[in-house]
Amino acid sequence: MRVLIMGCGRVGAALATMLDKDGHRVTILDLNPNQFRRLPPDFGGTSVVGNGIDQDTLRRAGIESVDAFATVTQGDNRNLMAAQIAKHIFNVPKVVCRIYDPIREEIYRSLGLETVSPTIVMSNLLKEVLERQE
Amino acid sequence: MYIIVVGGGKVGYHLAKALVAEGHEVLVLERDRGKCEVIAEELGSVVVQGDGCEVATLAEVGAARADLVIAVTGDDEDNLVVCQVAKLKFSAPRTIARINDPRNELIFKKLGIDETVSSTKLIMEHIQSELPSHPLIHLLDFRSYGLEIVEFKLSHDAAAVGKRLRDLQLPPSSIVPLVISKTRGAIVPTGDTLLEEDDEIIAVTKAETEEALRAQLMGR
Repeated sequence: MRVLIMGCGRVGAALATMLDKDGHRVTILDLNPNQFRRLPPDFGGTSVVGNGIDQDTLRRAGIESVDAFATVTQGDNRNLMAAQIAKHIFNVPKVVCRIYDPIREEIYRSLGLETVSPTIVMSNLLKEVLERQE
Repeated sequence: MYIIVVGGGKVGYHLAKALVAEGHEVLVLERDRGKCEVIAEELGSVVVQGDGCEVATLAEVGAARADLVIAVTGDDEDNLVVCQVAKLKFSAPRTIARINDPRNELIFKKLGIDETVSSTKLIMEHIQSELPSHPLIHLLDFRSYGLEIVEFKLSHDAAAVGKRLRDLQLPPSSIVPLVISKTRGAIVPTGDTLLEEDDEIIAVTKAETEEALRAQLMGR
């Protein structure tokens, strides 16, 4: 599938690398071109410099023809706005959005957005590890 | 009215000041401590330091009883989320968002924000109205009704110069409620009113008949 990822931080770069290895066609977007250094030298996807809440940048990154869109920038609101643009303006079939704030995550999930809150995922994981009986 | 203003920059500060002067109960939410101190010093205890996108902060300042939430930060994504959270979580009856990038206007509309104000667009329109090359100036849009108020300045070669208002084939749903003439002052025109060079014509029109109206007044 064709995937567009917004934000080339640790998670964005790791996600892009994994999807690329699995044979997907990946485009990754970031405001700062230095962030693309996180991608491995054999990365087969495309990197685009630009702001993901800008419709023109999203078009340039090929949002009109992607099957999936993931927003993983540091800013919850930026992720939320980009995800909503992808879903409601460009009708991208699959949109997933990272939101640190669990409360905001809940609100937007109830609105029909697919969301992942690293705060909750990590807490659950850590709790599980701590409580595991040796 | 209880009004929450999110963003205590220049726009937020002056907006809060004006609203307080009108007798409203106003609360400004601002993340930056320095900006908060300035507002508190000048306007009194109408400011709380905090992130207006956070549900907890909004709850703390009583967003549930706010009549109006206005988001005027410099970041469109923050303004969008403030308004959406206010609506979804606190059932705010009315929200207004400032838009910095005019291209976001349509997005905000599609995402259910009742009202938006595009500061960049307003500034552009004001500057354009000062440029002689723009015979038609948008004064006000009533987007939800598809109506707009526009101003035309009649140049010496405009088609309407020397004609009476009734002789113009104004498009249906267009009216001219006001003519401002250099020699005759402001006139509420009748069909008999003669249009002269340099007259400023204020018209109410539907967006789709704006071109036809322009053609009647200016020619071509």
